[in-house]
Amino acid sequence: MRDTNADHFGLMADPFAPPRLLPSGDSAITVEFSRTIDETANRRVLALDHALAAAAIEGITETVPTYRSLLVHYDPGVIDHEALGARLLALSAGSLAPDSEVRRWRVPVCYGGENGIDLEDVAKALSITPDEVVARHVAGTYRVAMIGFTPGWSYLSGLDPRLQMSRRQNPRLATPAGIVAIGGIQTGIQCLAGPCGWHLLGRTAMRTFQLHREPTFLLEPGDEVSFYAVDVKTFAEQERAAEGGELIAERVAA
Amino acid sequence: MSTLVVSQIGPASSVQDGGRFGAQRYGLTPSGAMDKLSLAAANSLVGNAVMAAAIEIGPFGATFTAKDGPVRVALSGAPRPAEAAKRQIEMNTSVTLNEGEKLTLGFARGGSFSYLAIEGGIAGEPMFDSLSVNARAGLGSPYPRPLQSGDVFEVAPAGQTPEMQIELPKLSGAIRVVMGPQDDEFSDEMKALFLGGNWMVSATSDRMGYRLEGPVIRHLHGHNIVSDGTVEGSIQVPGNGSPIVLMSDRGTSGGYPKIATVISADFGRLAQMPAGTPFRFKAVSMAEAQAELRRYKDLLRSLPGRVTELASSDFNIDALFTANVAGHAVSATDVTTWLGVTPD
Repeated sequence: MRDTNADHFGLMADPFAPPRLLPSGDSAITVEFSRTIDETANRRVLALDHALAAAAIEGITETVPTYRSLLVHYDPGVIDHEALGARLLALSAGSLAPDSEVRRWRVPVCYGGENGIDLEDVAKALSITPDEVVARHVAGTYRVAMIGFTPGWSYLSGLDPRLQMSRRQNPRLATPAGIVAIGGIQTGIQCLAGPCGWHLLGRTAMRTFQLHREPTFLLEPGDEVSFYAVDVKTFAEQERAAEGGELIAERVAA
Repeated sequence: MSTLVVSQIGPASSVQDGGRFGAQRYGLTPSGAMDKLSLAAANSLVGNAVMAAAIEIGPFGATFTAKDGPVRVALSGAPRPAEAAKRQIEMNTSVTLNEGEKLTLGFARGGSFSYLAIEGGIAGEPMFDSLSVNARAGLGSPYPRPLQSGDVFEVAPAGQTPEMQIELPKLSGAIRVVMGPQDDEFSDEMKALFLGGNWMVSATSDRMGYRLEGPVIRHLHGHNIVSDGTVEGSIQVPGNGSPIVLMSDRGTSGGYPKIATVISADFGRLAQMPAGTPFRFKAVSMAEAQAELRRYKDLLRSLPGRVTELASSDFNIDALFTANVAGHAVSATDVTTWLGVTPD
């Protein structure tokens, strides 16, 4: 993992140092475990998120895990800022969530062609063939580090360092739904059509967010994801099935 | 059933309620009314729950027509000229449109968003307990997008009760903030510049974010941080040094340092700040911010009890003159000046 700012902030010395509690206005606290993209920090974020769900502290309205911090929304009319801070610090001292609780998903991707318009350029930039890019991408086991920006946009950690490259100089203002892309040290699944500055490798028919489907949101922060390649015909069939409410992604045994 | 037809409407108008909570961890932003005090006032006038869905009308004009029976509505928020059946309609009053009558609203003056509440509320299919429109996610009901001319609301026929009015405190003063969460990404000099500077909301602002014009705020360590969670009122500073206040349709995470956060009690006032009007920020303590939030919530809850019968629908120049002379000048930073609201 690249930690270019780690030395600057001196935060890598003790991976289990207490988090910093930062006020995000009068109704939320940011529990910051690291200022960088850091595997251990992300695991601690998810562990605190689980611990808070289990503790069911009155006054906490919702939590938002990100790579390096947990945003805790609360009602100050129910729980005091100081009291909540103390609970958050106490619960942050716990161990990481065991892997056995992790949900694992296999997600089909139609790589290249009109569904992955950057695959050729990525291969050229890395001096490998498009097939090798796909082989490296499907070989990975990723974790949903966070979901954010727009509904269902899933940021995955665990990208092969040999696929890491800078984001596009000019972000695209419009990309289709279901894109699977790489950017920096991350890969990601963008559910809805929208702007994207990452390199588009392919598309999946899986919808991380779909109204009138149970569950509305498929992936959870902390879930594990792996990809497998499907052809254009299969992708088209899966798109129709997804339209009808099928999950498309397969839940696999831990 | 009566219907209310959107005969004509500009951009940036949509159905909004108290907001959609519980799914920010999946990237779903709360949306909801930009100015909840005005939403609550409009709803109170027609007997709805204070955070019920109403029509949030952007800066441009709009015309509504009652069909298939009478429709009672109420208007609050940014002042604008309003006329129904050739009668001038005051802000913060209810009015019943008879079959075929039009309500014509002009441009907003001294604010950005007005709220049109409909007696009986707006029928729709809630998602995460909210009808609020989130246009980017294609959410909201009955229309999952900004309103367009020709849209129709099926509504309850107006009751036989009298028209109502409400008087609201006029809030003013600096927009108060709690510093952080990333104020340590800025030097003391830059923080002083942020708090001492004159700011204006840029005309390119929208429900996602208000771009601010004023002094350039530089970062200590560059403008890229690893994305973390955002709240309504987060003030992030991108690379160009011009802060952006994240508003109701914000992204749930963001990758720019956040120097401060607008306190909940002042968020609606910032939302109504007209583009080009200078204002300042003022840092307050957590304790003060949370005390103000309690008072703000008390004020919202008090609104249904503050509604009174509209004495006469005839144009009463004396009453209007008296009201103007009385001129309730109140300070947002001194709650004892708020009408009928006592500090606890």
